[in-house]
Amino acid sequence: MKIQLRYFASLREALGPSEVLELAEPATIGAVRDTLIARGEPYASALARGRAVRTALDQVMAAESAPVGEGAELAFFPPVTGG
Amino acid sequence: MTLPRVSIQTADFDLSAEVAALRAGDPGVGAVAAFVGTVRDRNPAGYQGQAEAGQVSAMELEHYPGMTERSIEAMIDAALARFDIRAARVIHRVGLLQPLDQIVLVAVTSAHRGQAFQACEFLMDYLKTQAPFWKKETTPEGARWVDARVSDDAALQRWGIEAGGNAG
Repeated sequence: MKIQLRYFASLREALGPSEVLELAEPATIGAVRDTLIARGEPYASALARGRAVRTALDQVMAAESAPVGEGAELAFFPPVTGG
Repeated sequence: MTLPRVSIQTADFDLSAEVAALRAGDPGVGAVAAFVGTVRDRNPAGYQGQAEAGQVSAMELEHYPGMTERSIEAMIDAALARFDIRAARVIHRVGLLQPLDQIVLVAVTSAHRGQAFQACEFLMDYLKTQAPFWKKETTPEGARWVDARVSDDAALQRWGIEAGGNAG
């Protein structure tokens, strides 16, 4: 199944604005993050465990335990700093 | 005509015009509380680990088109459910801003001041921690992304709301 990945702020600078990811089977957000980390650099550093990375699924903040379905838009970004 | 409740824009805004539009035609309004955030030219010593106060010559704002608008709409719905307020308006600028520029407006109308003040502060606290905006500062040492502040999450928690998200 295919999902759309989007990156913002420092993660966008490191990884690009977006990409399509092909997954062999349904996965959680956390599992997708691990898949990306396993690619090596620059993903391994940008998404490293211990770094504060927030995630949104179909434009709603979501925890890493959330399942990602076919066609989902999954975004990774640093903690927000508006206002 | 229904006014938009949320605007994400590069253009500046006029506080007086926005407040006038928000309270227009509603004789039940007895109070308007408004907050305007502006870009300042320096950060204090200790900010992001700096030993000395730092100059900021420009600020670039990025957002997540679609999610940003919807998340602020949801915040306004939460404020309307939680406080005795009549209307709310949020404007947040994006793109390149300079010191002295206005960056954010939150305005709330209510019958009485207490609820208007509280709802305005609630919306600002929510916005700082939950709306997808990111700031990048230009300083003499170069450009860098602004780190989220723990104090902002603490500000949200006083409303009984966990800042949430994935720490790891």
